Amino acid sequence: MLKPAAIVGQVILYGAFAAFIGYFATSPTYDQIPDDVALIKLSISHLGDRACRKRTPEELAKMPPNMRAPMECPRERSDINLEVDLDGEPVFRTVLHPTGLYKDGVSTVYKRFEVKAGTHQLAVRMNDNLIVPGFNFVQEEEITLAPRQVMVVDFNPDQGGLYFK
Amino acid sequence: MSFHAALRNGTKSIFLRVEEAFDHPFSGQDNPLRHLGAMGLYLLWIVVGSGLYLYTVLDTGIDAVYHSIGHLSQEQWYLGGVLRSLHRYASDGFMLVMMLHLLREWSYGRYYGFRLYSWMTGIPLIWLAYIAGIGGYWIVWDELAQLSATATTELLDWLPIFSEPSARNFMSPSAISDRFFTVLIFIHLGVPLLLILGLWAHVHRVAHVDYLPTRRVMLATAAALTLLALFRPALSNPPADLASVPGTLAFDWFILFIHPLTDLTSPAIVWSLLFGLTALLFALPLLPHGKAQPVAVVDPANCTGCDRCHVDCPYAAISMAPHPGRPGYQLAIVDADLCASCGICAGSCPSSTPFRRRETLITGIDMPQLPVNALRQQLEQALAQLAGRTRIVIFSCARGAQASPLAGVDTAVIELICTGMLPPAFVEYALRGGADGVVVAACRGGGCDFRLGERWTSERLLGYREPHLRPSVPPSRLQLLLASAHDSGALAAAVAELRTRIETLGVATDRLPPYLRSASHHA
Repeated sequence: MLKPAAIVGQVILYGAFAAFIGYFATSPTYDQIPDDVALIKLSISHLGDRACRKRTPEELAKMPPNMRAPMECPRERSDINLEVDLDGEPVFRTVLHPTGLYKDGVSTVYKRFEVKAGTHQLAVRMNDNLIVPGFNFVQEEEITLAPRQVMVVDFNPDQGGLYFK
Repeated sequence: MSFHAALRNGTKSIFLRVEEAFDHPFSGQDNPLRHLGAMGLYLLWIVVGSGLYLYTVLDTGIDAVYHSIGHLSQEQWYLGGVLRSLHRYASDGFMLVMMLHLLREWSYGRYYGFRLYSWMTGIPLIWLAYIAGIGGYWIVWDELAQLSATATTELLDWLPIFSEPSARNFMSPSAISDRFFTVLIFIHLGVPLLLILGLWAHVHRVAHVDYLPTRRVMLATAAALTLLALFRPALSNPPADLASVPGTLAFDWFILFIHPLTDLTSPAIVWSLLFGLTALLFALPLLPHGKAQPVAVVDPANCTGCDRCHVDCPYAAISMAPHPGRPGYQLAIVDADLCASCGICAGSCPSSTPFRRRETLITGIDMPQLPVNALRQQLEQALAQLAGRTRIVIFSCARGAQASPLAGVDTAVIELICTGMLPPAFVEYALRGGADGVVVAACRGGGCDFRLGERWTSERLLGYREPHLRPSVPPSRLQLLLASAHDSGALAAAVAELRTRIETLGVATDRLPPYLRSASHHA
């Protein structure tokens, strides 16, 4: 038979156990970003271009007739050059490398930028064939971000390349 | 002393003090800190039971999942809402108990030797528990789920395991489909099943496992969690919206602490911490530790194949096999890798009785470092030297209360590896050999370093377990004390109390007839 003091002690300790769980199951609250901040998520998954070359007539003549493809394209994909400017300031510069043992997979990037909510000038430039100088995909817009808004920068060749959403 | 040893001893000291403080209201068998593994299993069963109900009412779909869970809390708060809260709080309790269990076992040095298997199989369970816990939060698909899903995939993407960033799956509202929740629930059921399978392996080499705590502890824990569920029900945050970052959230720090930690540091630091700690836990057994003690040895000529050592061994180190020399009999076989060197088997062996007439007492199963024969010789020498009005013999556990300071002209102290190695007949042998009283000082209830020593000792002396103390031994001359290393004062008080009782209560009439092995007619 439990003594009254033991019962009181157990009630206190079981209560403390429940209170400890109840408190830390919900508290303290967590805020991932401040209220006046928005998020830009840069996420691109793209196959770099291939450095194709046109075969010369002499080369084609040496090949069996059924294999005379006019272009010679290596398996490897090009690195991708990517630049992001925010309000005229460079915020991200990178060269994406193709995945895969033979460097024939997609090049990917995922990066998040916390920016103050409001209006900004965002410019993203991408070159998926480094043999060609410059950038073959450019998207530059004035964007207005609400507090806590998530804006995605992605790439889809079917939608014209780089886009902001 | 190395830094690790100092840290471990310091932590052990804290645990011991708190456990002993908890003994006051709980007593040994109800002390949750001494049964953290059983507490964890019990909480897991609450999670499983409440989870099965939630599974039956859950609609899998982006909106449906949020509304079906919210419906439980709002419209069916008395059943579904309570079960949902129990599911969450028992999960949190499981995490808490699991980490305490890990910390306690480490501080007690229970990670090498015969405990190596349980230690190694326990480490992956921590990962499984957190995978199941984090995945469970995603199912609700509220803002907390959104935060966790995004943060987890961003963390995973730091590892070179996906060809494309998995966080792209949570880029925009259109990226999520109903099928995602079907997969999620499949994982949330599968991982806990793996966890249960892993738990089975974790305790596989432990005998007499406490799969559940005592009924009183279970009822009190369930009552505490149910009250918590009623007064502070688990509720969803606003529904997930991948187009915006969640606002201020009620946060579960038991399970989701990894996300703020990543935000505060970096994925590289978090993974380094996680892999580093895991590697450290796996490597702990390689650190310098105490030398392994000799394991139990079976003497086939004296083993009767009675099975008692096999039944009493706390670590399933003993199996029975056909006796090579006696057809129809069995022989105990000791697995050296599993043997804890506690001597409980020697205490359970009926051949360990000191009344056997042979000059050299060879028992069926014995400890090379303290054979039963040496124990009998030690007792006989001590009895021969005892003098004074009331002569007392103390059998004490080397890991329990310090008895040696009490040794004197009228008090003999015999220290044992564990009191479980004491054949009960030694108590009668001491009383018939000249002692007026016997004190057996075992560890506190649930506090035996070899798990079951104090329990088997108590049951044998009280006559509930074989080999039992003969009923002819007067209880007034025996004092059983359950005391820890910090209870030396209690041991001294128990000895003084026994001495006073014998001297003042007129129990001289219940003295057992003397027995001297050298003069007995058996000799």
